[in-house]
Amino acid sequence: MSDEYNQQNTPIQAQSSETMSDSSGAMPKDIDYVRPAEIKEQELYHGHSFITKWVFCQDAKVIGVQYFLTAVFTGVVGLILSWLMRLQLGYPELVPFITAEHYYQFVTMHGMIMVVYFLTALFLGGFGNYLIPLMVGARDMVFPYVNMISFWMFFIAVCVLMASFFVPGGPTGAGWTLYPPQAILPGTPGENMGIVLMLVSLGLFVIGFTMGGLNYIITVLQARTRGMTLMRMPLTIWGIFTATALAMLAFPALLVSAIMMTLDKMLGTSFFMPVIMQAGELLSYDGGSPVLFQHLFWFFGHPEVYIVALPAFGIVSDLISVHSRKNIFGYRMMVWAIVGIGALSFFVWAHHMYVSGMNPWFGFFFATTTLIIAVPTALKVYNWIITLWKANIRMNTVMLFCLGFIITFVNGGITGIFLGNVAVDIPLSDTYFVIAHFHMVMGIAPLMVIMGAVYHWFPLVTGRFLNEKLGKWHFWITFLGAYSIYFPMHYLGFIGVPRRYYEMYDSPYITSATGMNEFITLAALIVGVAQLIFFFNIVVSLKIGKPAGKNPWKANSLEWLTPDVPPAHGNWGEKLPVIYRWPYDFNVPGAKEDYITQTTPPSDVINAEVKKT
Amino acid sequence: MHAGIIFLAVIVGSILFHIFTPWWWTDLASNWGAMDATINLTFWIGGGVFVLVCLFMVYCVFKFSYKEGRKVEYKPEDHKLENRLTIATTIGVIALLAPGLVVYNEYINTPKNALQVEVNAWKWGWQYRLPGEDGILGTANVAKISDDNPFGINLDDPNGKDDILIEDDVLHLQIDRPVKILLRSLDVLHNYYVPQFRAKMDAIPGIISYYWFEPNKVGDYEVLCAEYCGVGHYAMRAKVIVETEENYKNWINEQQTFSDLIANREDKKLKTNLIAKNND
Repeated sequence: MSDEYNQQNTPIQAQSSETMSDSSGAMPKDIDYVRPAEIKEQELYHGHSFITKWVFCQDAKVIGVQYFLTAVFTGVVGLILSWLMRLQLGYPELVPFITAEHYYQFVTMHGMIMVVYFLTALFLGGFGNYLIPLMVGARDMVFPYVNMISFWMFFIAVCVLMASFFVPGGPTGAGWTLYPPQAILPGTPGENMGIVLMLVSLGLFVIGFTMGGLNYIITVLQARTRGMTLMRMPLTIWGIFTATALAMLAFPALLVSAIMMTLDKMLGTSFFMPVIMQAGELLSYDGGSPVLFQHLFWFFGHPEVYIVALPAFGIVSDLISVHSRKNIFGYRMMVWAIVGIGALSFFVWAHHMYVSGMNPWFGFFFATTTLIIAVPTALKVYNWIITLWKANIRMNTVMLFCLGFIITFVNGGITGIFLGNVAVDIPLSDTYFVIAHFHMVMGIAPLMVIMGAVYHWFPLVTGRFLNEKLGKWHFWITFLGAYSIYFPMHYLGFIGVPRRYYEMYDSPYITSATGMNEFITLAALIVGVAQLIFFFNIVVSLKIGKPAGKNPWKANSLEWLTPDVPPAHGNWGEKLPVIYRWPYDFNVPGAKEDYITQTTPPSDVINAEVKKT
Repeated sequence: MHAGIIFLAVIVGSILFHIFTPWWWTDLASNWGAMDATINLTFWIGGGVFVLVCLFMVYCVFKFSYKEGRKVEYKPEDHKLENRLTIATTIGVIALLAPGLVVYNEYINTPKNALQVEVNAWKWGWQYRLPGEDGILGTANVAKISDDNPFGINLDDPNGKDDILIEDDVLHLQIDRPVKILLRSLDVLHNYYVPQFRAKMDAIPGIISYYWFEPNKVGDYEVLCAEYCGVGHYAMRAKVIVETEENYKNWINEQQTFSDLIANREDKKLKTNLIAKNND
């Protein structure tokens, strides 16, 4: 990567005046006509030292990789925590150091890490940074410096989070939802330093993320290249863009609840704390509402599900289209579904609270809104599978992960209909059914997309392919293993096994499920170890992978069309690309090749019977 | 081609697992059979969609795997198809939601003849309070709790005097008599959950929440706390005994009322005072 970078390391001149006169001089009726650029190109800061190029770097692509690696590190920590939990559940008391306190700390840290520090950071910070400027034809994010700070805030947030493992009392064991009053009272592990560091870390995360998020939104809205209309953007960008908009609106709720709870803990305020009798002693709190916290938390927490899901929806649409050599079916509906799901996701939060003791009449409203969301979501699923119809499907690792995504997502989506429907939720809530549901739908399904996306874009980032054979082994072990962890787990929920139980003793419900618990634990261990294949593949392919060359998948979207592979700082060399069509012109009748890139002017493919551009 | 076969095996395996699973609902022991019915309905509709979508996908994998020069359909949009799918999905969703809301409406409207039972939760245990002959529970407040007043009953409230106090985690219920569970918590969130009754609700400090059910099978049932409440959460169990009217009456007559408790404590105090005096 560094070699090409040096060659390109000349300041990029503003091109706009030239391009403006260029197009205004052309005939307006020209079939290749594209509206002139409206704003000047930005000038970029080029790092010269190792530190400015690779550490405090302002290049969105490097920041993307930094986000990616940091998030994957936290993900590995989360994975190891899940192993420890599973060991306790499958083989109670096998590992002597897993006490109830530790178990609950593992549960909490696993959940928070995976949802916030792993998935959110990976999709938006990682893929968002790398792909947005490339896919919309910008040289970089609009505020590269702020973008750099965004990553380092995230990095500090991760450090603070990890530090909580080493403070007296250990990390918080309040469950990832951090419900007060227990989160800040004795009786919950880490109720002093642990919870405070968690809240501080979340605050830092939100601050850092806001900086990144503003960048993503403004880059998409303002820095698209000529011809890149909103309805010509790849769905990946639509997904990341909408998810970022959700994050900007949802994270403030998390921030205020974190601040209020910190005040309750540190200064003895009573935002979330009513009168409490603890161990026979009356505490000094009075008048706060624990349910208020839940509303705030889920006002953030439910959009958060879609902050993870929407980028996955977008990315998987693009992967399916490229590797089945067919346009994504119903592009416009896909866009409106993404936007619609995003908007609706702000009206469903209390479906996490059906048995929370909130006003029971809320149940009617939130069950209805929640099931309405099923409609656009189902349409997206239909469109993915219709895209496969009469296509030309490359059965490579990328496509396998996409298909794995469809199966796990449909499975998890349908169990979501169980839990969204309030009467059905009542017996199932707080049982293993819920755990199985959300791991399937927002754990495994997005992970399938992330892994598929890594196999897909690795050639772009490094110039080399990942090994296909290892990739397929990685896929099958991960997919089959993960499916056999979570599919049977639903049935534990039917039995009535409650979640967050350190041990079941000999309760009548659980004795029949001991074998299943052991099986799930073994599957979890295998799936975790199988990720070593993935890491091995990445490390080895970096050095000796098959060279990919330009546009190895014969894709249409802009990121593959840079003058340099991997793309250099500034992305586009001398001139910004000009866009003539959407990114899904595969197998257009009359065209010579089975793909027409977004930068191909209509005059080059004069015989192609393009229906939509 | 083998990829399609494995995917197919996953789908068939899921169906077989569902048919032959030894793990299924713990036997119902309350009136909430309607909840099970709604779940079964969701299973049929949802499971059907899952199987159809996955089979369609697998069919495409078999039929349209990559072949150089294969003729690929070019049809970016198909409004008719998209509209049909939207309408079909909407109908499916309504078919699931409507019965769900009907059942929920029953769940939140307690029958008038329901026996009120207050469940008092704390870290980590349970105790219960039943109304006395007046059928009304006296008002109570966490701040008033003391050794002499374990439920924090308002001493000025005449309704509280005859309340039956059960300082034990075993609750007896009469078969076929609806119960309205009123949940109070002294400290953090808890949830009084008996899998066989299906119903559940969180107990929240500062608020009284409720749910109702009608036990319809005699037996002993384990109560589990279903809302995380700290390290003792998993050990926070209790017991419900559902019994015939006769046995229930016998049990309830043995329980002490709030006035009994006050009298007893005062007796004890007198006695200890006497003993102390005698020893002097």
